[in-house]
Amino acid sequence: MAEISTSPHAGPARWLVVAVPYVWLLLFFVAPFLIILKISLSDTAIAMPPYTPLLDGFGGIGDFLSQLDFENYAFLTEDPLYIQSYLSSLRMAFISTVLLLLIGYPMALAMARAPTRWRPTLVMMVILPFWTSFLIRVYAWIGILKPEGLLTVLLQAIGLMGPEEQVQIYRTDTAVFIGIVYSYLPFMVLPLYAALEKMDGTLLEAANDLGCPPLKAFWRITFPLSLPGVIAGAMICFIPITGEFVIPDLLGGAETLMIGKTLWTEFFGNRDWPLASAVAVLLLLVLVVPIMIFQNQQQKVG
Amino acid sequence: MKSSRFDPVVLTLGFAFLYIPIIILVIYSFNASRLVTVWGGFSLQWYREMWSNQGLMDAAWVTARVAVLSASIGTVLGTMAALALVRYARFPGKTLFSGMIYAPLVMPEVITGLSLLLLFVAVGVDRGFWTVTIAHTTFTMCYVAIVVQSRLLTFDRSLEEAAQDLGCPPVKTFFKITLPLILPAVVAGWMLAFTLSLDDLVIASFTTGPGATTLPIKIYSQVRLGVTPEINAICTILIGLVTIGVVAASLASKRTELRRIRDEHVALRGSS
Repeated sequence: MAEISTSPHAGPARWLVVAVPYVWLLLFFVAPFLIILKISLSDTAIAMPPYTPLLDGFGGIGDFLSQLDFENYAFLTEDPLYIQSYLSSLRMAFISTVLLLLIGYPMALAMARAPTRWRPTLVMMVILPFWTSFLIRVYAWIGILKPEGLLTVLLQAIGLMGPEEQVQIYRTDTAVFIGIVYSYLPFMVLPLYAALEKMDGTLLEAANDLGCPPLKAFWRITFPLSLPGVIAGAMICFIPITGEFVIPDLLGGAETLMIGKTLWTEFFGNRDWPLASAVAVLLLLVLVVPIMIFQNQQQKVG
Repeated sequence: MKSSRFDPVVLTLGFAFLYIPIIILVIYSFNASRLVTVWGGFSLQWYREMWSNQGLMDAAWVTARVAVLSASIGTVLGTMAALALVRYARFPGKTLFSGMIYAPLVMPEVITGLSLLLLFVAVGVDRGFWTVTIAHTTFTMCYVAIVVQSRLLTFDRSLEEAAQDLGCPPVKTFFKITLPLILPAVVAGWMLAFTLSLDDLVIASFTTGPGATTLPIKIYSQVRLGVTPEINAICTILIGLVTIGVVAASLASKRTELRRIRDEHVALRGSS
């Protein structure tokens, strides 16, 4: 190994700093993925744990290869439920991300343009809801969106709705979109704000002096310069939303198909561990490209 | 940048959207009526019922212990990981290492939860308190690493170098110089880890076992049965605790920041 940077942590302590978190993540982040891959290729069994292991120890590599079994994956492609779940998740995640950008961008821009002394308070106000429980925030919407909930009461009170009418949003995809946008908004606003805040204001002044109209200046200068924030925010939202379980489960209806929910049902409802593993492996494959984009972005920043 | 006259409108609407649902939840936890939409007068009865609900209290206790433990271990590991990312220009497998730090941040929880469960089953560990703690440590350490990393990137190395030039051993330099300087970020990382652990439903559901039901699991199972003011009460207490914690932490960091500026000022004066 070549001589490494002028680190103050010479000696054995120096290596421990790398080795301890490294080994922890290999054990508890990477190894589980290898196991999930293995189990997705095994058969369902009645016994606990509910699968027949394919590989015991390291001796049986040959046996292992001969027994490789793609029947779970074959099942996933045969049953339209799974393909529809994947497609529906990607569609919901995409629409949600676009909605988040449309709502988050004006907010981040307004924050970046606010007087300097206000900015730390505004940032804290965006972060604060994020500190309160995710589950609680989703739960709060149930009380609002229920047919006999507060939205109905409000709309009836201001006369937009007759006394017999009720809001039919709870347990629909619309409710899921509201819940997702609400829960993920801080994740979208903060990277956008970070990109917009450090932008050089003189560029816009120059454009203005040269006669560029504000809207054109926005599209030619502000937006392109904020693109790293847009990509970071979009990825931070899109990837977890695709696998989201809590929001579609609590706010969505029977017709809301999302892969996180399917996986949960397969695991906790049907107790089919190998199939749930196969669902997870395919979800991961679907998300590999967005995850790589996210990592590149983070490494550039870091 | 020049502000636009729409900016206050945008901010008002945005923050109203973020805060109104939470405020409603808090208000209705004091509702005497069991119906969520009918205001029956001020009452603390749901807090009393919550207090006497043994299952809920046990779950809260388990959750608090898991959160403190996993946030603490996660903070140590995450700070080490941040040092490794920022201070070590190269080491074998650095790309994999930074990948393992960033990936858990966006990984869907169902995947993380299921894969950890399968690991625990494969090695034959009984699921319960410790498996949840390990699972939470694994994802919270990555958040801590990101928070501490951003502080280390803007860190002035000259004090460390001065200490080393004067013969201070590396480990001592870290604890005497580096750690006090990055402490606000480490504390912020711990708090983030703590709330993330407190909040987690999905990963805990997969990795928990008998006797280690956490509060989110309990709340989730009650919410599925319908909205009850008792849940509003416990949510209000959690919101209150977190708000106090965040405000206190930001005030404390503002004070240390002011003291640091003053100290630097004094030091500059003294040296001139």
